Amino acid sequence: MKYRDEYRDKALCQSIIRRIKKLTNVNMNLMEVCGTHTVAIFRSGIKGMLPENIHLISGPGCPVCVTPVSAIDHMIALSKMDDTIIATFGDMIDVPGSSSSLKQEKAKGADIRVIYSPLQALELARKFPQKKIILVGIGFETTIPLLASVILETVNSSIQNFYLLSLAKVMPPIMKELLKSGETKIDGFLCPGHVSTIIGTQPYQFIPRQYHIPCVIAGFEPVDILFAIYCLIQQNINRKPVVENQYQRAVREEGNPVALRKMKEVFSPVDSEWRGIGKVTKSGLDLKPEYFSMNARNFIVEIEKSRENPECRCGEVLRGVITPLYCPLFKKVCTPENPIGACMVSSEGTCAAYYKYQ
Amino acid sequence: MCLAIPGKIIKKINSEQAEVLLGEIKKIIRIDLLPEVTKGDYVLIHAGYAITRINAKEADEVNRAWKEICS
Repeated sequence: MKYRDEYRDKALCQSIIRRIKKLTNVNMNLMEVCGTHTVAIFRSGIKGMLPENIHLISGPGCPVCVTPVSAIDHMIALSKMDDTIIATFGDMIDVPGSSSSLKQEKAKGADIRVIYSPLQALELARKFPQKKIILVGIGFETTIPLLASVILETVNSSIQNFYLLSLAKVMPPIMKELLKSGETKIDGFLCPGHVSTIIGTQPYQFIPRQYHIPCVIAGFEPVDILFAIYCLIQQNINRKPVVENQYQRAVREEGNPVALRKMKEVFSPVDSEWRGIGKVTKSGLDLKPEYFSMNARNFIVEIEKSRENPECRCGEVLRGVITPLYCPLFKKVCTPENPIGACMVSSEGTCAAYYKYQ
Repeated sequence: MCLAIPGKIIKKINSEQAEVLLGEIKKIIRIDLLPEVTKGDYVLIHAGYAITRINAKEADEVNRAWKEICS
């Protein structure tokens, strides 16, 4: 496939790795904040090819993983309403809530459909006009314009039974939160390539300016990732942190203006709860008051008091403080077949990636 | 979840939809987030929507630069 296969060139990858090995002996922690990067890094075996002083750490980049238990309990409560269909992206269905999961509710009779695109939720609304269709809107800036698009399409149609439970989250505030806390030593960010196709390069500028941390926007093939790592190390050596765009074939400085306009038209920033991190100021998006009638938060349902397994260390994994190997449940109690925390459920979760590849 | 794959626009159906070629598979996608695309463009597709156009010139330049550094 064009624009994919050429970025999997083995000889070029080996050449970049040789260059990286010659660059420095200094320890560096480079964090990726995109679950798709996490999977690509593990699948391609990049971690094992890098010199020991270069540590790749995973941050809060998987939308399923960062969704807190309280939000899952909310989905479960909504699924118990009469004449309701919950439409959700795949992995969410398996994530444990406080005492149940969407999958368990489905087994008990709730109508829960797994979708691949928000458009399918809209199709459900057309097909079942007598039912309430609730789309579980998780995702970062890559997905949020799609959610905005289906909301605008609903407004311009005769559909009356479509609702969104917005759990959308935005990337720059959480990156700031990680840096502000100082809990994890971060020497560079591998910035999320597809989020950046939407938001562009400007929203990361505060990172080198205020925190003197290098940023490189990267694609998802092995050559893309390795070259971004090379550039992050170079920036550290030269002590000139900037936002570098190494995914120029897909990311423009200004992002995608049409997508950004639709996002702004439909959503407004809200403080949002992240699993293991807590509430982060203006790190989420909810529907604007104009779209009040489509907001699934308006349904009055009884949501159980949320509680998590106290031994689950997903929070620290998501903050990059520990790797899953330091969690007492990892591989012993918590497995993909019997996940305790969200990071083991999602195919993009750090625990699932460690389980499968490490 | 932010996975996006490259596809080639083979037919623009209207301002909202286009037919793309993904490898050897033909598929209808939404282009309302990228209305300026034309036939022959390569785009990245996320969950049924084109989210960005692939800039062939930029891709070639960056590839050349990488190869020079690694030669």
